[in-house]
Amino acid sequence: MLRCIIIDDEEMARAIIEQYCSKLDHIQIVNQFNNALDAIQFINSNKIDLVFLDIHMPELNGFDFIDSLNNPPNIILTTSDSEFALNAFEYKCIVDYLVKPIKLPRFIKAVTKVETPKTAVPLTDDEEVDEMYVNIDRRLVKIHIPDIYLVEAKGDYINIKTETKNHIVHTTMKKIEDKLPDNLFLKIHRSFIINVKKIVDIEDNSVLIKKEVIPVSRSNRSELMNRLNLLN
Amino acid sequence: MKPNLNYINDISDNDIIFKNKLISIIKLEFPLEREEFLSNFNRNQYVLAAENVHKLKHKINIFGLKNGFETAIKFEKELINEKVDSYQDFIVVLEIIDNYLNKI
Repeated sequence: MLRCIIIDDEEMARAIIEQYCSKLDHIQIVNQFNNALDAIQFINSNKIDLVFLDIHMPELNGFDFIDSLNNPPNIILTTSDSEFALNAFEYKCIVDYLVKPIKLPRFIKAVTKVETPKTAVPLTDDEEVDEMYVNIDRRLVKIHIPDIYLVEAKGDYINIKTETKNHIVHTTMKKIEDKLPDNLFLKIHRSFIINVKKIVDIEDNSVLIKKEVIPVSRSNRSELMNRLNLLN
Repeated sequence: MKPNLNYINDISDNDIIFKNKLISIIKLEFPLEREEFLSNFNRNQYVLAAENVHKLKHKINIFGLKNGFETAIKFEKELINEKVDSYQDFIVVLEIIDNYLNKI
């Protein structure tokens, strides 16, 4: 769960961000401020993962606010124009820059950037594997990675099959392959990535996963065989 | 130049309660922001007035007034440079929104 605050002197702008956050299960708005000064006090005494920060504010503007923090959390800037976008590149903590009026797909894209470092952490056999979030019908849906048994390419879409549900996502095989831990998943065909722990059996050039027979391409077969704990 | 609720309808996503809440907030905020702008402008506090225009820009955009938004951008820059050429055009945009808010 991402603990977030909103800092904007416009109530309308705060209400819009709050509404968007309510559509995302993993975001919790813990407080809202109409000025940056009050927010500094709060942020210094509470753990905050993400700040939605307006640039144009009386007394202390967005950049002054960031400069006043010793260890700023992730920040998504919100503003009515793009003139400060270049300044934003100077701050490591700024993960995105949203121009008002903000639209939901762009908002989701920005928030997803905050999650990327967490989901991109390499996993080892000893670590508990993580979850991932996929964008489905304007919602970020959490998928528990070990539950995935098969990923199948379907044109411009990917069907992520889990123990309980199938998720159709508009993305590429390459992108999803990069998100899945190598120790669990293997691409066995240009259209299929499998969870190797879910293999039931292997026959010639196919594997049985759950009740589905999946083809193994010739070029991927040796890699698949290397991954198995074979009793010769 | 005709205002519309397209953006508000879009973000409300059939949530009537949220849509009404947002419109109520705008009906409260807009007159205050306009009054603050006029006050600063009439006292020749152009930099402060530019900040007010900046805020009002967001609402102009929310109501889909593309030309009005362009006027606001131009006027904001003028005010920062202590120029007021677009004042009358900007006032017209504010009046259009004011009239629209009285109808919805």
